[in-house]
Amino acid sequence: MSQATIDSTGASRGSLKSYLTGFVLSLILTAIPFALVMSGTWSSSAILAGIFSAGIVQILVHLYYFLHLDTSSAARWNVLAMIFTILIMALFVGGTIWIMYSLHYRMM
Amino acid sequence: MMTTDASTIGIAHYEEIEHPDTVAMQTLGFWLYLMSDLIIFATLFATFAVLGRNYAGGPTGKELFELPYVLVQTLLLLVSSVTYGLVMLAVHNGTRRWVLIGLAVTFLLGLGFVAMEIHEFHSLIAEGHGPNVSAFLSSYFTLVGTHGTHVTFGLIWMAVMIGQVAVKGLTSPVQSRLMRLSMFWHFLDLIWIGIFSIVYLMGVM
Repeated sequence: MSQATIDSTGASRGSLKSYLTGFVLSLILTAIPFALVMSGTWSSSAILAGIFSAGIVQILVHLYYFLHLDTSSAARWNVLAMIFTILIMALFVGGTIWIMYSLHYRMM
Repeated sequence: MMTTDASTIGIAHYEEIEHPDTVAMQTLGFWLYLMSDLIIFATLFATFAVLGRNYAGGPTGKELFELPYVLVQTLLLLVSSVTYGLVMLAVHNGTRRWVLIGLAVTFLLGLGFVAMEIHEFHSLIAEGHGPNVSAFLSSYFTLVGTHGTHVTFGLIWMAVMIGQVAVKGLTSPVQSRLMRLSMFWHFLDLIWIGIFSIVYLMGVM
């Protein structure tokens, strides 16, 4: 029978292939930082860089393969809202860390 | 893109019931809610970034966190994200039985995650490492607990949806709700990436 599909929402299109690709990539991007920290062979700044880059790439993988955000017109408003939110988050998190660490430094 | 014919027919059928823009607007509205939720998590992450190393003579993350345990939690949530993706594929194909099976599997995986988190919190508090011990533990419990609360509400929503699919079938409103729950569920997995990276992995270093 023909069931109604929700296709014009910009966040529903997915295929078995896209979910499995996302899954495999996420597994790899989870294994890398855990392995880095658990083995502890690298210097701590290198491990830190590894954790952050794997985390950011995995977030992008989730957004693309699981939440289906891309540059298509259907997803445009979702992407715009997210970019605005990232700006606010950068102000919150970056500003807080900046001020508090600067304060900490000056109080020492 | 791959099911052009099927989706064209689907939308034509759909317009008889409800204007297609309604679903698009509901999806965008829910996305805006998720973005505001993201800001809540951003403030909690900022708090943790500032307070996360203030141990006040209490235990450090290195002494408390067990990475294999966190890895299992991570995998539970990741696999549940994929099984929910498969639920959405089953919704598109209109196979109600697989939607129900997929939702049940996703629910159990999510329940496993929440059970592990409750167990972790319980043993921390039982060993005297509760949120009142240090600024680090206060911000840790707030951040991770807020995520866990979200997952718990996601589970309640999922249980309701299992009931709705079983009773009402895959009607348009039910499909629309399943769609929004999928966004919520994937979003929580996204937040967890930040938590295991910043709280657990960096805490153990």
